Amino acid sequence: MKPLHSIIEVVDLNHSYGERTILQGLSLSIGKGEVFALIGPTGAGKTTLLRIIDLLEAPGSGEIYFDGKCIPRSGKQRLEIRRRMSFIHQKPQVFNSSVYDNVACGLKWRGEKKNRVAEKVDHTLEMVGLESYRHRNARTLSGGEAQRVALARSLVLEPEVLLLDEPTANLDPVSTAKIEQLISYVAGQRNTTMIMATHDMSQGQQLADRIGVLIDGRLVQTGNADHIFRSPLNEEVANFVGMENIIEGVITANSEGVATIVIPAQAGISTIQAVSDYPVGEEVYACVRPEDITLALSSTLSSARNSFSAKVTRVTSFGPLSRVEMTPVCHSRASGNLPLSSPRKRESQGQDCGFRLVALVTKISAEELNLQEGRQVYASFKATGVHLINKVAGLQ
Amino acid sequence: MIELWHGLTKAIELIVSLDAEVVEIVGRTLRISGTSCILASLISLPLGSLIHFRQFRGKRVLINIIQTLFSVPTVIVGLFVFVLFSRAGPLGELGILFTPTVMVIGQMILITPILLGLIISALSGVSKEIVETATSLGASGFQLVLVVIEEAKYAVFAALILGFGRAMSELGCAMMVGGNIRGFTRVMTTAISLATTKGELEIALALGMILLFLALIINIALNRLQQR
Repeated sequence: MKPLHSIIEVVDLNHSYGERTILQGLSLSIGKGEVFALIGPTGAGKTTLLRIIDLLEAPGSGEIYFDGKCIPRSGKQRLEIRRRMSFIHQKPQVFNSSVYDNVACGLKWRGEKKNRVAEKVDHTLEMVGLESYRHRNARTLSGGEAQRVALARSLVLEPEVLLLDEPTANLDPVSTAKIEQLISYVAGQRNTTMIMATHDMSQGQQLADRIGVLIDGRLVQTGNADHIFRSPLNEEVANFVGMENIIEGVITANSEGVATIVIPAQAGISTIQAVSDYPVGEEVYACVRPEDITLALSSTLSSARNSFSAKVTRVTSFGPLSRVEMTPVCHSRASGNLPLSSPRKRESQGQDCGFRLVALVTKISAEELNLQEGRQVYASFKATGVHLINKVAGLQ
Repeated sequence: MIELWHGLTKAIELIVSLDAEVVEIVGRTLRISGTSCILASLISLPLGSLIHFRQFRGKRVLINIIQTLFSVPTVIVGLFVFVLFSRAGPLGELGILFTPTVMVIGQMILITPILLGLIISALSGVSKEIVETATSLGASGFQLVLVVIEEAKYAVFAALILGFGRAMSELGCAMMVGGNIRGFTRVMTTAISLATTKGELEIALALGMILLFLALIINIALNRLQQR
């Protein structure tokens, strides 16, 4: 997995502002031409890491290598290396001058000849679709346009490494799509190495070759998008990547790679089946992505290993999707995953299983099922849709 | 009251007819104050940038002192310059006391703290993010200074206008070191002062109106800049 030639490598980075630790023991290697997304909640240290890589500040301790060379903590060499990179800040800051002058400044500072500057700036403005704004004062632009100016200002320099800090935060969907399109265009056409901080997981998934999850200043997990979304390493990552269903339990049986997890509850027990190699006795978190749960009005239709009768507690819609919160009801004597013959009987004897399920369904199917508070449904998910996290690993 | 009315009409007459002496006095005032303002800004821009961009001990104290000097009485500056350039003074040999040159020097000393202080605060008004953006885009230390000055240009220009206004409207220093010599060092404020004591209210009022009018123009210009 590790790229052969890394353009940026940080080794054992530690950084703090006063008492507050921002980054701890962070090591990361970015390959030439790689698009790397740094995801993590606000305050995880994404911006600080990018600032340190862009040599805007020196880390408390640790080393940074650019193209194989160790970067000194101060001195003229830092400017030279910084000029091979470009950083797009979260909030686009445009200079109080024309769009043209904004985009041209980096080239001027590098001593580029005037006619070359004009040529490159015109070409880049065309690329970001701002050619008609050439003479406008950049301060009069909208947020999305200003971000495109900021992008053009960086792209015109043809940097070897492009650092992007939440490039689409606070932008409307149309502007966001434009920026994303430009980023993937540049990644594809110019083979520019990119490190992009984002808290939008789908953006990371869509644009990046590899994703790193930064939580509380530690790089908890790196890997491709699928791997991180399907198999988060611990509870924190699971939480962050949208594993809304995280259920604590103990493995009581494992036959041929299918583990049975018992979820302890005050009122009886329920079990979940998952594809896993964890041995019996292991304490685990069972994680299920909300979009992997299917809802039905009768239990017979589903071939999934896990099926719960549940009572809908809340339905919220956003866009084309509906988020359905449910409380599964378990039978006190039977194991929960066995569907009962009569739902009515179940209702009268049902007990709270002690956990909650969240499912994501399309709005249309939510309407078809007439989902609303108090409605009785069957929630089912496959054994392959359950990802287990070792509880001990999660505590690390 | 009638006297005042009479004075006012006479004053307007003097202005409209472009009375030679009035024109000459206004011209000299603008020349002297303009020169002192340009010289003061030549000192204040680099010095202000230096103070803003360098970190050193006592920076806060220095800025406080500069701000205190905003309100130094003009007669104190006048006295200081007078002592400096009087026959017996350390620079007495130059023999420039009671000349327009020494008036320029006096006004320059008077408004330099104002320009310096306002330029420093104009530069501090440029956001940290702008400085960082320029750094990220590969600006060297010197190029960064230029970016900041460029970003602060309207506020810097406003400082220059304010300094010019103060130079033009001060009396104490111009009177003490210029001597109000007719046709040589007489400026608007000294002329108003003399004319009033002599009872020539028309000319005093005419000059006063011109001075107010200039102040008005300066204020309009300043407002325009601040709205940018």
